[in-house]
Amino acid sequence: MSRLQTVLAALAAAVSLVGLVLALLAGDAPLPVLCTLLAGSLTAVRLRFAWSIWADGAVMVLSAVAILMALPAYDSEPLFFWLALVACWAFAWLFVERLSQAIRQRQVSGKIFGLIIPLIFGLALLFIWEVVTRGANVPQVLLPAPSQIWARLIDSVPTLVADFQQTFLKAVLAGYAMGCGAGFIVAIIVDRSPFLKRGLLPIGNFVSALPIIGIAPIMVMWFGFDWQSKAAVVVAMTFFPMLINTVAGLNQSSSIERDLMRTYAAGYSQTLLKLRLPAAAPFIFNALKINSTLALIGAIVAEFFGTPIVGMGFRISTEVGKLNIDLVWAEIAVAAVAGSVFYGVIALIERAVTFWHPSVRGGRA
Amino acid sequence: MRQLLAGKTAPILIVLLAIGLFWYAAAIWMNAPWQQTLNQRAGLENVSAIDFVAQTWAQDKPLLPAPHQVAGEIWNATVGTDIASKRSLAYHAGITLSATLLGFALGTLLGVGLAVMIVHNDASERSLMPWIIASQTIPILAIAPMVVVGLGAVGVTGLLPKALISMYLSFFPVVVGMVKGLRTPEAIQLDLMHTYSATPWQVFAKLRWPAAVPFLFASMKVGIAISLIGAVVGELSNNAGGGLGVRLLTGSYNGQTIQIWAALFIAAGLAALLVIAVGGAERLVNRAMGARP
Repeated sequence: MSRLQTVLAALAAAVSLVGLVLALLAGDAPLPVLCTLLAGSLTAVRLRFAWSIWADGAVMVLSAVAILMALPAYDSEPLFFWLALVACWAFAWLFVERLSQAIRQRQVSGKIFGLIIPLIFGLALLFIWEVVTRGANVPQVLLPAPSQIWARLIDSVPTLVADFQQTFLKAVLAGYAMGCGAGFIVAIIVDRSPFLKRGLLPIGNFVSALPIIGIAPIMVMWFGFDWQSKAAVVVAMTFFPMLINTVAGLNQSSSIERDLMRTYAAGYSQTLLKLRLPAAAPFIFNALKINSTLALIGAIVAEFFGTPIVGMGFRISTEVGKLNIDLVWAEIAVAAVAGSVFYGVIALIERAVTFWHPSVRGGRA
Repeated sequence: MRQLLAGKTAPILIVLLAIGLFWYAAAIWMNAPWQQTLNQRAGLENVSAIDFVAQTWAQDKPLLPAPHQVAGEIWNATVGTDIASKRSLAYHAGITLSATLLGFALGTLLGVGLAVMIVHNDASERSLMPWIIASQTIPILAIAPMVVVGLGAVGVTGLLPKALISMYLSFFPVVVGMVKGLRTPEAIQLDLMHTYSATPWQVFAKLRWPAAVPFLFASMKVGIAISLIGAVVGELSNNAGGGLGVRLLTGSYNGQTIQIWAALFIAAGLAALLVIAVGGAERLVNRAMGARP
């Protein structure tokens, strides 16, 4: 075991032991917590005997379950409860540490267990969030527990669906298609003229560093409260990344490849379609991926400036005002899932289109 | 002439000029209907074309203010107003700037810290990296109102909530860039350090860190621009605090288009200045570290 692992193992066992003593002294500790603290203390035998990595994982899962079961038992949780939480966290870290070492030494398959590690981290984060918010009675306006958010999400599905339709299906998709399409077409036009390339590109680069989102109030004034104004903001935000990336991508094909096309007597459009656009595909998809996030942000923030009474940004800004923070979190969860799926779909299309690229063919680019 | 056109300056200036002309033309076109209504109400008949154009460029609350109106408003609101006054754009820009810088500093520190951890520890790379990347596919600016209001409800107001949003936005490019940068030293260089029996700390300070500095600056340029966006959006949820975001919001409530445009241009100028400042720092550090120009 490495030094970090030894320290973690000692910490986990010691904290469990102290927790166990405190729990026994308190007298009214729930049985599951007692059992896991006992199991945690017993792991100290690893100083003499080898202790399986899976045993660490089992202790981690058991103590997590025990802590969750003990949550409603007290008004304010006693010290041994928090020690159990610390021990659980230490076991989780130790387990992940040993698992990644095992993957590095090829004792277990990296394909499956490489996915488990981030999953454990995510679940641990949710778990600590839940336990700390409920155990320490964190004010609900500051941070509601994940279980509360989930309950609220289930309760208000119709509202969330309506907001999703208004913001995502209307504003984001329309604006994204128009902005990316316009950026693409302008890039192909600009590409034909070296003069425009020199003049427009530095400006485009500059503009994409600017807080374009600030034009939202102007767009609301011009295009009204409904989704058209949000789509306009999205168009403005997505246009420049697409323009810059496409122009950069069109310059990717090397002169030797272009010469080959010339020897085939290929015209401009043939060279564009068969050589330069495919070579530009990784850049274009890069812009599409950046824009997928930008589009959602643009639409939501634009709704802070005025909407009809539906939409994700509208819901967030009004429910924050009413201190319904759990509904806001539910809305953000929907936005997060929508954003990730949007991004994921584009990434999948990218894999299919740029199958020839080293980063897709396997091996690290 | 040909030489001038072959450079970058002339094409940029010509494109900017074209944008300016287009803007003036658009201002006439967009403001004309309202100006006609105004003239009818005032009983003005037979306004000559030149006068009419001048009128569309001088409205009080135009649909699209002409560039000189925006420039005038910027001048009046910065140089022409007392800097401590709440009407001064410089005052509001200062508020936004301080939140941006605080958030950017925190975000850069967090990003560098995470990158160091990820490079030196397998387990943290495997558990953190997927989530760091996933966290960027979600529209994180949506949490801005909640951070501001939630922290406000427990008594934390002012700079910190906005800075936290900026921090969250700006740490990502730094993490990704620094992980790449700290990994640039090749195995042969690491082996050399090993033969010198260098401690892990020495390897970090003398090999990895210097190799990562160019990446750090590239990421910081991206990070500071989005920090500013975070601060501006954070201000939208706290009307009392002031800042460029508040100017945008009050401008949109009152239909003060010139005020909106002025705030927008100040924000853009601020972003440009910040990026240029990071670029300048980059050149200074590069020179101090003996980089070849």
